[in-house]
Amino acid sequence: MAGYALNMTEGVTSVSHDIYDLHMTIFYSCVVIGIGVFGVMIFSIIYHRKSKGAAAANFHENATVEFVWTAIPFAILIIMAIPATKTLIDLEDSRDADVTIKVTGYQWKWKYDYLDEDISFFSNLSTNRDEIANKVAKGEHYLLEVDKPIVVPINRKIRFLVTSNDVIHAWWVPALGVKQDAIPGYINDTWAEITEPGTYRGQCAELCGQDHGFMPIVVIAKTDSEYQQWVAEQKAVAAALVTSAGQQWTKDDLMAKGREVYNASCIACHLADGAGVPGVFPAIAASPIATGPVAAHVDIVMHGKSGTAMQAFNEQLDDVALAAVITYERNAFGNSTGDVLQPSDITAER
Amino acid sequence: MAHEDHHEHPPTGITRWLFTTNHKDIGTLYLLFSFTMLLIGGGMAMVIRAELFQPGLQIVDPHFFNQMTTMHGLIMVFGAIMPGFVGLANWLIPMMIGAPDMALPRMNNWSFWILPFAGTMLLSTLFMEGGGPAFGWTFYAPLSTTFAPDSTDYFIFSIHLLGFSSIMGAINIIVTILNMRAPGMTLMRMPLFVWTWLITAYLLIAVMPVLAGAVTMMLTDRNFGTSFFDAAGGGDPVLFQHIFWFFGHPEVYIMILPAFGIVSQIIPTFARKPLFGYSSMVYATASIAFLSFTVWAHHMYTVGMPLQGELFFMYATVLIAVPTGVKVFNWMATMWRGSMTFETPMLWALGFLFLFTIGGFSGLMLGITPSDTQYHDTYFVVAHFHYVLVTGALFSLFAAVYYWLPKWTGHMVDERLGKIHFWWSAIAVNVLFFPQHFLGLAGMPRRIPDYALQFTGWNQVSSIGGFAFGLAQVFFIYVLIKTIRGGEKATDQVWEGAEGLEWTIPSPAPYHTFATPPDVD
Repeated sequence: MAGYALNMTEGVTSVSHDIYDLHMTIFYSCVVIGIGVFGVMIFSIIYHRKSKGAAAANFHENATVEFVWTAIPFAILIIMAIPATKTLIDLEDSRDADVTIKVTGYQWKWKYDYLDEDISFFSNLSTNRDEIANKVAKGEHYLLEVDKPIVVPINRKIRFLVTSNDVIHAWWVPALGVKQDAIPGYINDTWAEITEPGTYRGQCAELCGQDHGFMPIVVIAKTDSEYQQWVAEQKAVAAALVTSAGQQWTKDDLMAKGREVYNASCIACHLADGAGVPGVFPAIAASPIATGPVAAHVDIVMHGKSGTAMQAFNEQLDDVALAAVITYERNAFGNSTGDVLQPSDITAER
Repeated sequence: MAHEDHHEHPPTGITRWLFTTNHKDIGTLYLLFSFTMLLIGGGMAMVIRAELFQPGLQIVDPHFFNQMTTMHGLIMVFGAIMPGFVGLANWLIPMMIGAPDMALPRMNNWSFWILPFAGTMLLSTLFMEGGGPAFGWTFYAPLSTTFAPDSTDYFIFSIHLLGFSSIMGAINIIVTILNMRAPGMTLMRMPLFVWTWLITAYLLIAVMPVLAGAVTMMLTDRNFGTSFFDAAGGGDPVLFQHIFWFFGHPEVYIMILPAFGIVSQIIPTFARKPLFGYSSMVYATASIAFLSFTVWAHHMYTVGMPLQGELFFMYATVLIAVPTGVKVFNWMATMWRGSMTFETPMLWALGFLFLFTIGGFSGLMLGITPSDTQYHDTYFVVAHFHYVLVTGALFSLFAAVYYWLPKWTGHMVDERLGKIHFWWSAIAVNVLFFPQHFLGLAGMPRRIPDYALQFTGWNQVSSIGGFAFGLAQVFFIYVLIKTIRGGEKATDQVWEGAEGLEWTIPSPAPYHTFATPPDVD
């Protein structure tokens, strides 16, 4: 594990290569100018000092010198602006895409919709909370791993439509040369054409609240045939989910599944012990909602509470997950209502 | 003359400071306030660096970490750097232009005394239920409106108060400079520190009301049902950023133009040679100030602006490198074939010159839109603005304090201690901020309390530098107290090569100076 990386990745897209080249060009220009300017200063500091008997000259104001040191930087800037403009025009050209994926930022997860394939899922941080709390050893991809990565084909132009459901986020994958703000009410677009299969990791780049540091992005680039295979699998999984929602679940199964869902979707605000953060995120333990009428509990989990960080989970979680997590919240953290919800109860509520 | 003698001795006790209308007292108050805030904001930085020493969450939770980054930024910008420069303006401008005091002394008192209340209110939010502001010092909506803690309304009010204070201070400075110059002190003969402050004061008057507008819209969005920044109500979150940065970019120059002025006073003194191009320095300062109104959206390259907009802001931004270059070349030419000595103020000024220039280079890199899509919101940006604000603005403040402290206290600073403070700070600050360039390039976002394992090495180096830099400023308290209490008597001239009216009056400067205008020729 190299803990001392120095430079930007060259990345795996044409845009990321252009950005890298531009970055190095400007950097080297600055180094050359810096050596010149600092060189002159250091020379004066060494040789034009009183202790060496230097007598002060008395020159000042020289129109020629002043013209030269205005004109030369101006010329350098124009030379630099040419490749920068070319790259920028290319970077903004998202036309004629082969695959279009909508990326939606949520506090604190990403949702991906494959607009041509009817595939849609959420992607949550999968790092164990105990690793963050330093209770167990940290894995290789600590904080840069998710439960469900986004899969894309290589050598295809992929267009990302980026938006947000709540606050501003930014979808950033360095190796793709892509960073785009996800802003509520806006749909921004950007694109990438990945040349090499592989796993590329990124993070949210715009401060979006408490768990801003905990909403990574993982992109897996596959060959065309592998990508098609993945698409087919996703459709099969979706079909199986519909079947399981029709079944009756036992309380133990619901509690086990509910715990899993809670740890992925609720724990960031309401915390591992359900105590919340007073004044910011209400507690689940002994709360009027989680111990009161079931209908009100179902309503707030499914539809959220506007004006707060409490999201509408009916679009994020399927019926099984919703039934499980509500059952779990009503029977954990010292709550003991004994209520058990079935997925069909949620289906009826939709 | 009898009348003057009556006022020669300042009143004693707390009322001297509460009711004072004397520019020197008020300057001292500003500087003390600024230094206090520097230590508080610095303490928050220590919390940040301690948490980031290792991956994982050790010391604070993410919500409190966000409060620390937010408050650190707000306190340093509005509490430490800006009042620091206003304090210098109060002390120095009347003495430099041969005026007996500021033009509006009662308003001067008021502009200062608003500050401790505004600052206290801002800090008090940390102890409120739900915590203080946790949305970054740039407080982007809707995180700062719909999703913010209740204490945000106190934050808004304190920003309003800080704005009042700044605007009144700026008006006072402009009126003083334009009306109170001694006969013969024409505009183009004013010391550069006075020039840079005149231009800065206009920037303040132009943009502080814009900030006030932004926070007022936040206030009504939060409490009165408006939707300026709420997309669901027909508003626009990006509008907030345009308004904020229309304030925010000139604000950057508000924090650096007075620094240019200070360095332009100090380098000629210790090079024993006049500033190379006085008038080109004045014009360069004015050009930078003008251009600063046309580049705000370079903070927003990733919000999804149209291509034409991005091109315009890129070209305008890199253009600022030209007048900034003119300034650096001027200082370089001033040193060339001078007869230099390296007393503490000169060391700080040279530290400024070298390190601010590094911040200028990274600024140029950030101005190029396509590469900024990789730099934006990473530690590369954090490194950049700390090079311009710490080794730029703050170093110039230290340079100024070491340069004028003998005039203020009548005592020379112990050179050995001053030099230790300089070298300690200069080395530590580079250990602190230089690795942050690498972290940003390697992909570490800013404002995160915990990070992936590949960022561990440089974060540890940076934290060690941070603790050392923090400790150096505690050492400075000792230097400061020692100098105020005693030390080698300062002459009126203080520095061999110093020129200007403030060096013609006794050290320490009497409570009242230039009751009769000096003869400037």
